[in-house]
Amino acid sequence: MAEKKKLSRRKFLVRGGLGTIGVLAVGTYLFRNPIRRGIAGVLDTMDTPFTGNTSSPIIWFEMTADNTIILHSPKVEMGQGTFTSLAQMAADELDISMEQIKVVHASSASGNMDGFATGGSTSVSALWVPLRELAATMREMIKNEAASKLGVSPTEVSTANGVVSVGEKTMTYADAVANVTEWDVPDTPVLKDIKDYKFIGKPIPRVDLKDKVFGSPIYGMDAAMPGMLYGAVVRSSAIGAKYIDADTSKAENMPGVIKVIKEPDFVGVVATSLIEAENAKSAIDVRWEVERNWQTADIEAMIEVGKGEAFVIQKEGDAKNILEEEEGLITSEYKSPIGAHAQLEPNGALAFVEADKATIMMSTQVVKITRDEIADRIGLDEEKVNIVPTFLGGGFGRRLHTPNAIQAAVMSKAVGKPVKCFFTRKEEFQNDTFRPPTHHVLKAKLTEDGMIEAIEHNVSSGDVAFGSPMVPSFAAPILGADLGAWRGGMIQYGAIPNYRTISWRVTLPFATSWWRSLGLLANTFAIESFMDELAIAAKKNPAEFRLAQIQDDNRGFRLKEVIKAAVEKSRYTDEIVNGRAMGFAVSTDVNTPCAQVVEVSIENNEIKVYKVTCAMDPGISVNPDQVRAQCEGAIIMGMSASMFEKMEVEDGELTPTIYGPYQMALMKNAPKEIDVVLLQNDDKPGAVGEPPLGPIGAAIANAVFRLTGQRFRSMPFKLA
Amino acid sequence: MNISFNINGKSESVEITDENTPLLWVVRDILDLKGTKFGCGKAACGACTLHVDGEAIRSCSYPVKLVEGKMITTLEGLGDAENPHPVQQAWIEEIVPQCGYCQPGFMMATAALLNKIPNPTDEDIDNNISNVCRCGTYYRMRKAIHRAAELNVSEVASETQNS
Repeated sequence: MAEKKKLSRRKFLVRGGLGTIGVLAVGTYLFRNPIRRGIAGVLDTMDTPFTGNTSSPIIWFEMTADNTIILHSPKVEMGQGTFTSLAQMAADELDISMEQIKVVHASSASGNMDGFATGGSTSVSALWVPLRELAATMREMIKNEAASKLGVSPTEVSTANGVVSVGEKTMTYADAVANVTEWDVPDTPVLKDIKDYKFIGKPIPRVDLKDKVFGSPIYGMDAAMPGMLYGAVVRSSAIGAKYIDADTSKAENMPGVIKVIKEPDFVGVVATSLIEAENAKSAIDVRWEVERNWQTADIEAMIEVGKGEAFVIQKEGDAKNILEEEEGLITSEYKSPIGAHAQLEPNGALAFVEADKATIMMSTQVVKITRDEIADRIGLDEEKVNIVPTFLGGGFGRRLHTPNAIQAAVMSKAVGKPVKCFFTRKEEFQNDTFRPPTHHVLKAKLTEDGMIEAIEHNVSSGDVAFGSPMVPSFAAPILGADLGAWRGGMIQYGAIPNYRTISWRVTLPFATSWWRSLGLLANTFAIESFMDELAIAAKKNPAEFRLAQIQDDNRGFRLKEVIKAAVEKSRYTDEIVNGRAMGFAVSTDVNTPCAQVVEVSIENNEIKVYKVTCAMDPGISVNPDQVRAQCEGAIIMGMSASMFEKMEVEDGELTPTIYGPYQMALMKNAPKEIDVVLLQNDDKPGAVGEPPLGPIGAAIANAVFRLTGQRFRSMPFKLA
Repeated sequence: MNISFNINGKSESVEITDENTPLLWVVRDILDLKGTKFGCGKAACGACTLHVDGEAIRSCSYPVKLVEGKMITTLEGLGDAENPHPVQQAWIEEIVPQCGYCQPGFMMATAALLNKIPNPTDEDIDNNISNVCRCGTYYRMRKAIHRAAELNVSEVASETQNS
């Protein structure tokens, strides 16, 4: 008999802790480099656990009278398809159909709040076990209630399609749980065998498909409340500008203006319409203090291997000494620019601050951090601030810090009404938390039979993780190197006898942070372009050259399998056929290996990518169609970043500030064919949303080299 | 001033102080039709695309004074779950949206394209669909546009048969 424990809604045991913080707790030994390297290795390969509340199914599932179960998701939906995968996982253990489950965002006040964030390609993998256990437990709880109402033993009843049955007698889940106010939570039942699942592993259509095709008001920018007003905040276009004071006299008398709000750190205006708020904002004369008139050249001079703090994050054998000898040394350099997130929905929030509570509706990837920041600023207990997450009009890491919601809350408090306040597109571009620029120096020596004897990767990057509120401030001095900047930067060819990776840290004068896949895109561009150069120097087929230098362990096995699959499916050849050349590259992100082959031609002096073959092993694909969608999207986003995108710094301002001048991939640039091959050499779901961004830049660069002899040294690619 | 027009088959009249207010904000904030999105405010991304007299326009940069007496169609007027437009049906069949924010603009641009070119080639699509999608759903969108053209043709054919 299961042990019974009465649960009150307020007494929760929190499962686990943020993995990185757990690792960081190793404290005193950390300043020694070998241990730091050990941590770097762990952080690069570890699975991030879920850090929310898994003590009770009651805060996760809500039963409705029409026998639908609503899953309150602590993970937000930003396009990555998490809602659909979570619905599949829950429905399979709940014994309900896909029509009988709905997914909504859990508000922070519901108690089902993620202690971490939605990001890092961790949502499905981190919830794989806990969510199925919660669903199975909920199913047992429903069974127990039904059995008690039907006057039979719980062991006699069975469940299917939201109905409990015993012999001829049936009862819907909704009837079973009607009027239940106190729950007995049984021990966690044994999960079903994977082969018995009806939905997991199937290409179920997205659960949010119809809302998104018929224009439902589901995004932060669509949020509304009765009596809502519109706010606008004056933002400087200059890097590092400090707000000093403002003359608001003109704005105060503009049409529609309710109130001009002057705070120690910003000035804003609340009006009855968005246009009136924006017009009044333009009439505010702000005095800023700007320390320096930054230029692109200043930034480029900072991002250079050899400058800043260095830290060896990976070391095997004696690469350092071997590569000090000039003879036979092959050296190459690569660069990547500042990248913008450019998600289509700008940042913003609708806030309503009342005397003893606040409600904030918004698109954010960090519910808890946003709640805590707002509570702190407006002087309410954290529990009194309810963050109601909406669907995100794109995330990509841009919403892993959303302090703009504080301003909406402050303005709402000042006028006592709901206030909606969003960035303009120019403000979005200039206040982005950019992908930092990078500089890479790679060195290697080949043996006489064309194998790599030693290889070294030096990467200089602006910060990614450091400075983010998600990472504790004590992480930087302990770790030394930025864990986001080195993502994808380690050498993945473990059979090479001597290799090392050195990360150089630079803090830039503007915010740089998480951008989908972090350092993976730039690091893979550098390493895999260099591997191509080495394969050519060794006169070897690029895939065979790599396969020969991968170690014989599980990680190596999975890496080799994706390489073989991509080569076979694409029929990779070094030959140019009908004016088209192929390019190959492969990366491992967290624990998901991904190999890509592109087919490229040059037309009107432009690179044309015809076809991309992508072989990836994310372990179990809970929804193979959405895994494919993530591969397709990541490939196009990676093409966009490596072929077109670049932010500049001109006269102290980040520019461009609009789509078009900030050139991105459009329909005409998208490949006509993207062939995704999914492998499953792991028995659990792994990372999906970011890993397929890795290889694409290098694969294109390698193909263009075969076609033209031009080796791209920097993103975005420019044909000679 | 007062501006009157027809939107999604319904006559509307709005009182507006600034006649240069972009149509987008009238549609979203006054008429509460949130299917049309704000992306950039400079007609650069296409998230705000809707139809004025059958033409696709970018409503974030289209003064409301220009729609006096005209016919406007937004995504909500294109079709609904019970009676989807061929473009919406194709978008569902191909499971196109990811974050979905830019998709209304793409669907409106596609519907306008199909009115002009019922069976567009890849080149027609490349030349006419210039909206921005950050999730990178272009690959599925292209398939959906071709599928919508097929559905559109069969719909027109069956309508002709029935009449």
